[in-house]
Amino acid sequence: MASPLEQFTIKPWGPALEIAGYDVSFTNSAAAMVATLVVVTFFITFGMRKNALVPGRWQSGVEMCYEFIAKMLGDTAGPAGRKYFPFIFTLFMFVLAANLIGMIPWLHPFTFTSHIAVTFAMAFFVFVGVTIIGFATHGLKFFGFFVPDGAPWYLLLILVPIEVISYLSRPISLSVRLFANMVAGHTMLKVFGGFVVSLGALGGIFAASAFLPFAFIVALTGLELLVACLQAYVFAMLTCLYLNDALHMH
Amino acid sequence: MTDDNKKSEKMKADLDDLNTRVNAAREANEPKQARGINEATTYGIATRLVAELVAGLLVGVFAGWYLDRLFDTKPWLMIIFIILGASAGIINVMRAAKQLVPKEPHDEDEEK
Repeated sequence: MASPLEQFTIKPWGPALEIAGYDVSFTNSAAAMVATLVVVTFFITFGMRKNALVPGRWQSGVEMCYEFIAKMLGDTAGPAGRKYFPFIFTLFMFVLAANLIGMIPWLHPFTFTSHIAVTFAMAFFVFVGVTIIGFATHGLKFFGFFVPDGAPWYLLLILVPIEVISYLSRPISLSVRLFANMVAGHTMLKVFGGFVVSLGALGGIFAASAFLPFAFIVALTGLELLVACLQAYVFAMLTCLYLNDALHMH
Repeated sequence: MTDDNKKSEKMKADLDDLNTRVNAAREANEPKQARGINEATTYGIATRLVAELVAGLLVGVFAGWYLDRLFDTKPWLMIIFIILGASAGIINVMRAAKQLVPKEPHDEDEEK
């Protein structure tokens, strides 16, 4: 039987391409990203097509997403963070749609947020961007971020490296959290799915007991839907918090 | 006149009755909703804190390993950086936890 981790393998779609020694074939991961992009664009553009004063169901859905992120950004980063709204909103919708598309059964879509390469690339982009914003807003004073106030100089020898490591750990924690959640959830679903198949194959009383793991999968799917939304929210919220640190420096 | 009074009184009683029923229905639903949100955020907080703790340590280990290779000082820098990384992870968790707790007046002097 297929391994529960098989769902995470990257397979090329179409011909294998190579540029300067790097494999740049169009893969199932890339296809999932394109699908995510199309779904989000479709959801927002067609939801807002009528642009009615009294929104219909679809338009309310789009507006709820907008207001949710706008409120979160306002609460965490204040009015100064307002101009970064498009980026945060795009990030949230991209991760959310990716996680949710990965939850569709039967189609067996590829969840690209279950790859550390993808999540780390996103987190690293956020990290570099936020650091640039910090230096652009505060100039060299931004280095003061690594020096705790009121500590004697001999403690600074220990505290400054700790602060630097703490700052460098941000992209790691941001990416590992999303990646680990998606991998764990999807692996669990596959493992219990495997139980159903192997118990069913035994026949008789064993086949009847396959109901138990099946019921568990139903519950787990609900939990995974929650995790998919929650992790997209956490990813966007922490980006807002980091942005707040860069803009206001504690 | 008395008829009118009676009518408005009856209407008022009806409205009051409706009000109490609406409030009762609201109260009955509220704890359920609040609990659902709480459970979701609890899971979010848990994953957040764990990732912060691990990330600090990971950065420490990696920085130590890399610097050791760079300066050929195996294993001393790695030992130092693991300790620093673990401290950074714990500090991260403390900070994240502090952000989650609503600020209370007597907490002000603890803020740095």
